Amino acid sequence: MADANFKELKKGGFMKQKQKDRFSMRLKTIGGQVTIEQLETIRHVAETYGHGYIHLTSRQGIEIPFIALEDIDTVKKELAKGGVQNGVCGARLRTITACQGNAVCPSGLIDTQHIARECEARYGGREFPAKFKIGITGCPNNCLKTEENDLGIKGGIEPQWHHDDCIFCGLCQAVCPSSAITVDKKEKTLSFTADQCLFCGKCVTTCPSSAWVGTAGYNVSLGGLYGKQITIGRHFLPLLHSEEELYRVIDVVLDFFENHAKPGERFAKTVERIGWDTVERLVREVL
Amino acid sequence: MNIDNTIDITDVVCPVTYVKVKVELEDMEPGQVLSVRLNSGDALQNVPRSLKNDGHRVFDVTDNEDGTYTILVERGQDD
Repeated sequence: MADANFKELKKGGFMKQKQKDRFSMRLKTIGGQVTIEQLETIRHVAETYGHGYIHLTSRQGIEIPFIALEDIDTVKKELAKGGVQNGVCGARLRTITACQGNAVCPSGLIDTQHIARECEARYGGREFPAKFKIGITGCPNNCLKTEENDLGIKGGIEPQWHHDDCIFCGLCQAVCPSSAITVDKKEKTLSFTADQCLFCGKCVTTCPSSAWVGTAGYNVSLGGLYGKQITIGRHFLPLLHSEEELYRVIDVVLDFFENHAKPGERFAKTVERIGWDTVERLVREVL
Repeated sequence: MNIDNTIDITDVVCPVTYVKVKVELEDMEPGQVLSVRLNSGDALQNVPRSLKNDGHRVFDVTDNEDGTYTILVERGQDD
């Protein structure tokens, strides 16, 4: 089979196996959610055309191994009929990962599943010089490890303190994980070091007198890489309070990557080569 | 400060921590004060938040500087 066809298959989520003419077929998932109807379809395909099992990928996806070359078209049709699309591999925007977010999780600060679907609609499968990964987590507990991604989105709360409502009980100081808050109970004073704040919102959620309030937003990290080489995504932006602002930032980052990356060069490497200050300037222009 | 009741939950872990506090508060009258000694970490992160959600009011927190805290809680009204 010609190379060009392998490339085409890879684009459609077919990973060539070491076994001759066998493919591990990657399925499309968004934010790790799979419906019962899709599961039934996947079960049927794995049983009929695979080896009766699936593999859960590291990015919340599903692969059905041992699909024969001659069955590919049939399998694609059966999957499509059952509401399952093929995933993507190669130099594209990959599976978008997300936790359950504030729709389900008590700690969740943002609607991660909504953001994941919206990102998929806007950017899913877009072609780039190299792969690009987006991961979304609902709060600073960071279950989805957003800094591993080229672009990570983490829910956060930017807290504000209202003096008149405060009873100076000292609870916020006790629960703050970054020692950003100091309360003097005798003098009835409070100091808040904003640049130490992790946006976790613990002061807001525990404050018994609602003196701490805040609005949730998106904390974006850039340049994560977790393969042969490892870099941790950097945070240098303020908490973004609107979805529109978030997508403007993502648009700028993706355009930069498309225009400046060398073939096969991951985003972190492109930014290191061209300069973090350039990316930071471009992003700040749209805030 | 008049403390009506005292409980030490440093020997249990979540979710038993809050269960014990809840049981204690159920036997008290609205407005009465419960003193709770709890561990820093999970208990401190979770118990005050649960108290707030259930309508009770923490009004004082003391770091005992031995890995534990003592919080004073005013029992809320019944729903």
